[in-house]
Amino acid sequence: MINAILIPVVILGVMGLIFGAGLAVAAKKFEVKQDERIPLVRAELPGANCGGCGYPGCDAMAEAIVKGEAPANGCPVGGAKVAEAVGKILGEEVSEEEPKVASVLCSGDCDHAPRRAEYYGLKDCNEAVIANGGPKDCRFGCIGLGSCVTACMFDALSMGEKGLPVVNIENCTACGKCAATCPKSIIDLIPKSQVIHVNCQSKEKGKIVRSSCSVGCIGCKACTKVCPEEAITVTDNLAKIDYEKCVQCGACVEKCPTGAIVKEIR
Amino acid sequence: MKILLILVSGIFVNNFILSKFLGICPFLGVSKKLDTAVGMGVAVTFVMTLASAITYIVQYAILNPLNLEYLQTIAFILVIAALVQFVEMVIKKTSPTLYMALGVYLPLITTNCAVLGVTILNIQNEYNFIETIINGAAGALGFTLAIVLFAGVRERLELSDIPKPLQGFPIALISASLMAISFLGFSGMI
Repeated sequence: MINAILIPVVILGVMGLIFGAGLAVAAKKFEVKQDERIPLVRAELPGANCGGCGYPGCDAMAEAIVKGEAPANGCPVGGAKVAEAVGKILGEEVSEEEPKVASVLCSGDCDHAPRRAEYYGLKDCNEAVIANGGPKDCRFGCIGLGSCVTACMFDALSMGEKGLPVVNIENCTACGKCAATCPKSIIDLIPKSQVIHVNCQSKEKGKIVRSSCSVGCIGCKACTKVCPEEAITVTDNLAKIDYEKCVQCGACVEKCPTGAIVKEIR
Repeated sequence: MKILLILVSGIFVNNFILSKFLGICPFLGVSKKLDTAVGMGVAVTFVMTLASAITYIVQYAILNPLNLEYLQTIAFILVIAALVQFVEMVIKKTSPTLYMALGVYLPLITTNCAVLGVTILNIQNEYNFIETIINGAAGALGFTLAIVLFAGVRERLELSDIPKPLQGFPIALISASLMAISFLGFSGMI
């Protein structure tokens, strides 16, 4: 009677042991050697898998950091805190980079930039832009269907009342997803402390800008003359501020005839 | 002649997925991309063929002499589980990308009923050792054929305009059933 129980137990037990031993040998033979720092670095990274660093995800990024292909401060989401922790694991000093923030470089809201057509279709900027560049008169301006809001994984963008996306600076991690998805390249990552920027991307001549938007840059070069640091240049009818040189005095903001250069209030 | 018959039967007529409806889980889970489907097919082929051989030995060398036929299911699952673990190690070593792509479906070959099904059918049909291995390989090749064909279909489905309620799994299941019907055409061959 007892044998009826014992024999199957022993047989299965021995079979299990044999297979287990075989697997143990195989595990040694097929062992994948992994740098032990990779999981450590991976644990420090935020784990959002947003791809803001340019790698497919945090796992790939951790591997690249340890291999030396990516800089220790390469994670835009984690910022200085993560960079420091990662640097500690790798045993190297990490230079601090100024945190950046996404900025919507267009002021052409419903009040200032008229539409030339009504758009009926999928609520997606990349779809709308196929239809002859979108509904706005200005072909450089924000379409305002909120593809950037959908792209943001950190709840840092929302659609404002006037049809322009608004950045919540607290939540923004400068991963760059919104900038990459915007068909008009309206969103740019700029240093967090920089509050003065040109809120226009139009490369049209002044006359056309005037007719399509009341707050666009007309390329008049008034700002270049008033800037004490010569930080502003006008190329292709569009003013551009060199953030390295800019001292944020605000002279250009006052001088700008259309109000395309703005001082952000934070 | 019998070996050829087993091959044709395993691959086309009694295709495990499309006529016996075994192993549907990986069939739907890993058939989104052609290359992962091929990888899954190769992994299943390896496991199925080896499992057929080893379970044959287990059945006739251990279970039958000791009158322990009732342990068939659990003993076979033990064999299959060990084999899948082994395959997992080999794939992790040789192809990390395939390892990532197969994901959870790789250890799930353990519970792939097609593998257990083929080993039990081998015993039920009273095949000899060579026939057992051929049947295992044929069943696995049939699985691979079905999953690779289906992956091709699904890659095209991705690009086509499908009504919203049917997007994703519904249309996949419908096309799988159409494939099964077309494989019904082989049934008159044997």
